[in-house]
Amino acid sequence: MNAPQFKPVADHAILVDFASEISDDVNRMVIALDHAITTAQIKGLQEVVPALVNLLVVFDPLETDHVQVEKDVRSLLPVAPASDAQATHHTLDICYEADFSPDLAAVAKACGMSEDAVIQAHSSARYRVGMYGFAPGYAYLAGVPEAIQVPRKTAPVRDIPAGSVMIAGPQCLATTIVMPTGWSIIGHTPAKIMTGNPDRPFLFDVGDTVSFNRVRREAL
Amino acid sequence: MISALLRVIHAGPLVSIQDGGRDGHMRFGVSASGPMDRTSFAIANTALGQPEGATGLEVSLGGLVLECKQGAVSIAVAGGGFSVDCAGVKTTAWTVQTLHEGEKLTIRGGAWGSWTYLTFAGDLKASKWLGHTATHSMSGFGGGALRSGQDIEIEDAQIRNDRTGDIPCPAFAQPDGQARVVVGPQDQHFAPSSVATFLNTPYKLTDAFDRMGVRLNGPQLKLNEALSIPSEPILRGSVQVAGDGVPTVLLADHQTTGGYPKIATVISSDLDRLSQMRAHDSVAFTAVSPEDAISIVRAEARQRRAYLDELAKPRPSLNERLLRENLIGGVISGAED
Repeated sequence: MNAPQFKPVADHAILVDFASEISDDVNRMVIALDHAITTAQIKGLQEVVPALVNLLVVFDPLETDHVQVEKDVRSLLPVAPASDAQATHHTLDICYEADFSPDLAAVAKACGMSEDAVIQAHSSARYRVGMYGFAPGYAYLAGVPEAIQVPRKTAPVRDIPAGSVMIAGPQCLATTIVMPTGWSIIGHTPAKIMTGNPDRPFLFDVGDTVSFNRVRREAL
Repeated sequence: MISALLRVIHAGPLVSIQDGGRDGHMRFGVSASGPMDRTSFAIANTALGQPEGATGLEVSLGGLVLECKQGAVSIAVAGGGFSVDCAGVKTTAWTVQTLHEGEKLTIRGGAWGSWTYLTFAGDLKASKWLGHTATHSMSGFGGGALRSGQDIEIEDAQIRNDRTGDIPCPAFAQPDGQARVVVGPQDQHFAPSSVATFLNTPYKLTDAFDRMGVRLNGPQLKLNEALSIPSEPILRGSVQVAGDGVPTVLLADHQTTGGYPKIATVISSDLDRLSQMRAHDSVAFTAVSPEDAISIVRAEARQRRAYLDELAKPRPSLNERLLRENLIGGVISGAED
């Protein structure tokens, strides 16, 4: 893999870009560098925002500058891609029953499968938290099996309740607040991704692995 | 502990509780929120001797009317050219006054500016999220938006006669129609002529303007090709361009990631002034190098620090002032820096 590109952003950040296309390998490099930066003692570092193919390093421009931060980050390279073996695993309960899964039938139809086969595929896959984005606690879980990958809907649907489990392309996401979405909703999870615990307010770290455990409505 | 109770008689849209903002959570999808104009917010708090990030109210052009139901508290208003009526005393923003039981405070939009800040000599009681009262508008978490009819409580309410009067409105808190940017980080997705157009043509702010961002009106910015780039981190100040070629400047409650390319990013020292502009105002974007951006931001930070340090000092009482003037006599030559 090529060495990452460093791009200055405004007066207080650098975007470290590993690739322009999404892949597992690239995301694992991002996660590894995120970990290296957050555990290193970089002067003036304010926060690191990992995403799918790049990460943003935000710093205090009164304390350091782009040149110094680039040097500090480069000193941590190369990194070995993050492996699932070092990641924390989370198992989330999910209920796929009717009225929790308004788009299950459409996904099944689009994929030429039975609803049960879609559920089977979704619940037996292992996912990786590729990044958080868009809204608080929205963790993008990579790893939707190819057989059940469907594109985004053409128009978003409003007021999707928190706890909805939805898919679009290779990504799966459990919602945390009421929001519009164009993704396909196939289930509901009672898991609290925003934990309410001030010491650990969000359930996952980027790079954690996730699987789903199918439960009946009565178990919620 | 003495508290003051204030009833919200009227709150326009986008009037919300804010503190200095909850930095450090973008990795979990949470933008910092906090005041749209952080400079004026810090001034409003400092003028009362409060910490710069103490909880206060952000007032939009929709305005705010409060009535003091119980107790008394000194207040400061800073930001924009808003009009203020505190118990019949009419001023513009940039003032410290005291509100007593039975008195009303009315804040309305004025000659310029989109946001003003109302702060209190005391602690505004508000719910916190992730350690901050700043309202995150997408989720409503934090202190929240104000609604007509609700009561707000100021704990440990104080009267600060040593602070009453005008606050000088510094030039750096007034919009000047300029915003300096560092080009990128996704300028490679634009035709070179688009970057030139963005930098050489003034854009107008539109009324698609809220705490998440402001859409601009001006020449379309052409992308090299219709593309979908992976979702990338966004900063406050990112100028993202959607498929329709229309740029949007992301502001305090921005989404933390997005798949639209960013042609440029406004430098942090210029964002507060940009946020104070109004729909249909014209803004000229000029490019600076990352090195120059750092020098500019450091110079502005020194200027702000000097202003705030001076403002933090209580005013001497009238007697002390007279005494001081007598002592100094006419010797002030203006050479004093």
